[in-house]
Amino acid sequence: MRIKQLLIGMTASVIAVSSYVEMAIADLKFPMLVYRTGAYAPNGIPNADGFVDYYKMINARDGGIGGEKIFHPECETGYKTQVGVECYEKNKKDAMVFQPMSTGITYQLIPKATADGVTIYSTGYGRTSAANGKVFKWVFNAPVTYWDGASIAVRHILKQNLGNIKSKKIALVYHNSAYGKEPIRTLETLAKKHGYKLMLLPVDHPGQEQKATWLKIRKARPDYVLMWGWGVMNQVAIKSAASIKFPMENFIGIWWSGSENDVLPAGQGAHGYKSLTFNAPGTDYQVHKDIKKYVHDKGEASGDGSHFGTVLYNRGLFQAMVQVEAATVAQKIHGTSKITPAMYRDGFENVNLTAKRLEELGFKDFAPPFQISCENHGGSGLAAVQQWDAKAKKWNMITEYMYGDSDVVQKLIAEDSSKYAAEQKIAERCN
Amino acid sequence: MIYKETGQYKSSYKSDHAIFPLLQDKIAFSTLMFVAFLIIPLIINSYWEKAILVPFLIFSLAAIGLNILTGYCGQVSLGTGGFMAVGAFSTYKIMTYFPDMNIMIIILISGLITAAVGIIFGLPSLRIKGFYLAVATLASQFFLVWLFNKVPWFYNYSDTGQITVSERTMFGVPVTGAEAPSYATYLFCLVLVVVLSFAAKNLIRSKMGRSWMAIRDMDIAAEIIGVPPLKTKLSAFAISSFYIGVAGALYFAVFLGAIEVTESFDIMTISFPVLFMIIIGGLGSMLGSFLGAAFVVTLPIGLKFLMVDMVGLSAVTAKHFEITIWGLLMIVFLIVEPHGLARLWSIAKEKLRRWPFPY
Repeated sequence: MRIKQLLIGMTASVIAVSSYVEMAIADLKFPMLVYRTGAYAPNGIPNADGFVDYYKMINARDGGIGGEKIFHPECETGYKTQVGVECYEKNKKDAMVFQPMSTGITYQLIPKATADGVTIYSTGYGRTSAANGKVFKWVFNAPVTYWDGASIAVRHILKQNLGNIKSKKIALVYHNSAYGKEPIRTLETLAKKHGYKLMLLPVDHPGQEQKATWLKIRKARPDYVLMWGWGVMNQVAIKSAASIKFPMENFIGIWWSGSENDVLPAGQGAHGYKSLTFNAPGTDYQVHKDIKKYVHDKGEASGDGSHFGTVLYNRGLFQAMVQVEAATVAQKIHGTSKITPAMYRDGFENVNLTAKRLEELGFKDFAPPFQISCENHGGSGLAAVQQWDAKAKKWNMITEYMYGDSDVVQKLIAEDSSKYAAEQKIAERCN
Repeated sequence: MIYKETGQYKSSYKSDHAIFPLLQDKIAFSTLMFVAFLIIPLIINSYWEKAILVPFLIFSLAAIGLNILTGYCGQVSLGTGGFMAVGAFSTYKIMTYFPDMNIMIIILISGLITAAVGIIFGLPSLRIKGFYLAVATLASQFFLVWLFNKVPWFYNYSDTGQITVSERTMFGVPVTGAEAPSYATYLFCLVLVVVLSFAAKNLIRSKMGRSWMAIRDMDIAAEIIGVPPLKTKLSAFAISSFYIGVAGALYFAVFLGAIEVTESFDIMTISFPVLFMIIIGGLGSMLGSFLGAAFVVTLPIGLKFLMVDMVGLSAVTAKHFEITIWGLLMIVFLIVEPHGLARLWSIAKEKLRRWPFPY
């Protein structure tokens, strides 16, 4: 009797699986690697919600991209590389693009996706030298890279000191991983150029243990602290900085260390904390109105809907928008709505988000315009500085979008990517 | 009656000492090998390769390694991740220094290097036992991971501390790197696992294995009857580390291809799961190492498949369930069957012998 039931159950499940696979083939597939659990969940959740809400809005408002619905299966990685690989292998068939949301998983997937012909879009994270499209055919990291970010932060400091930071000391508090180590070389090169002293302070995964780090900062008294943090690490660092009374306006985080989740736990102590950003916060944009109308008001918001308009949610919107735009461009180039992963990559390489196009998409003044080309997969390289107002609980943009030190950054990109090309025996394209 | 041994006579010592003395076992094992070597390579796809089979094979090897040390010699170790990192980084360094060397040789040398490191970290085991030794090996885990992250020589001064494998071939087919076909990486791991498992099984039945077990069961008594603790314990550490080192080398070169030491060899991603494998599978059992590895590798994937793809739960809810179920299963296992899956299998064999007559 039992065996019979088991057999029936198994047959039913096989049927269920085969129908599931069929459903997936019809639409444009945008698989999502998310982490709504683990040490990085506070940042992973709002970002994933932004993605899902945007896809849902496009499906509801426009009936998909060029009439093709977006199919966006979620795969939970918990920020773990091995699980990321499993998720990738599971979803790679007919997938348009992967957004790993983790520098570690991005490094892992770059060679695999290149071999399989799947696009990787690491928005402002991942391998910086992937900005060189001549070597990294399938990888995009527009609109700005970590090396741009590091030099923009230094530029901001330079501006505050009227161009002279010879006697200054800058500390870098970083996640002790590929992600956190990315800016070190740029900061070292810039230290030679501008004459500041650089202090490196690694923080180990997951980042709760920072007593020693901030004790060192208290002792050495650096003039500025830069931070490459993610997840719990951000909250702990900002709290620790507040508790040693480090002047918050001299504490600048990368764009992944500047969301509401990071500063709120420190309360008033976080007032004045700065971070870089490549998109605006808030809900005053057309895209938010559309999402409210087509998704939230129907009760279909992803998650609990509480992250609407936060920094990372908005970044999710931006990332999803670029991915969808690439599909639109691909459909235009190839004259078909049913695009293949290879066509999708062509589309990505021809994305041109002008101010006008951004306005059409509902992103007016949301982010600076940028263009991707065969050589340049890194976009504009523009980022601005935002500052936290703890009383109003709000991020304010305090600078214009600015460029990094492109002399330094471009040279480093060329160096690193040619090293990779030699290692992997890749011939340069676009010539 | 299915598992009948009546009528199977052994007329020589050799047949009495066979690894699989029973005809049924021989048939089952040959079928398994036939399927593993000839059928699976034909039908394998990259999902089965990367998500299930290759990790299963690699973790089986690591579990055998830890089982030799913990299950057979009784020395508890939490340093598996650190030792696997030694294997991985040795492979990387040898690969970059000798670009023309065969990958199989590189991996075996990495195993030997890990064995040497294992001997060094095994030295404290001569003075301390049980929990205290576990803490000492825990130190090796943290020290080795810290070392590979701190000293840039190990990752060839790359900016990010990542190490990346380059392509290597066996008989003209790439087995490492992104271009390697699924059947090639699978067969490569399978050959190593089968050969090394036979070696381990025979080592355990040899004088060395028996002295390990003597030390495990009561070290003072063992010493009195003439088992030298120094040699025995250190040989267990060396051989265990060799297996773990080879597993680490495969984990880096064949499975992941690019590795970051702090993330990939973390205590929570390697050391504890491998320890769970041998506890769930069965301490002091070869079969248990494989069953445990299969269980730990496939359970999360199976649960995810069941909950997300079948029932249609959202990915995050499924993950929460998975964590809960995992914890519950650990507790249930330790209470209901502390001897692990291997014990369940031997109970099943007993039942099969008597089937269809229950007793």
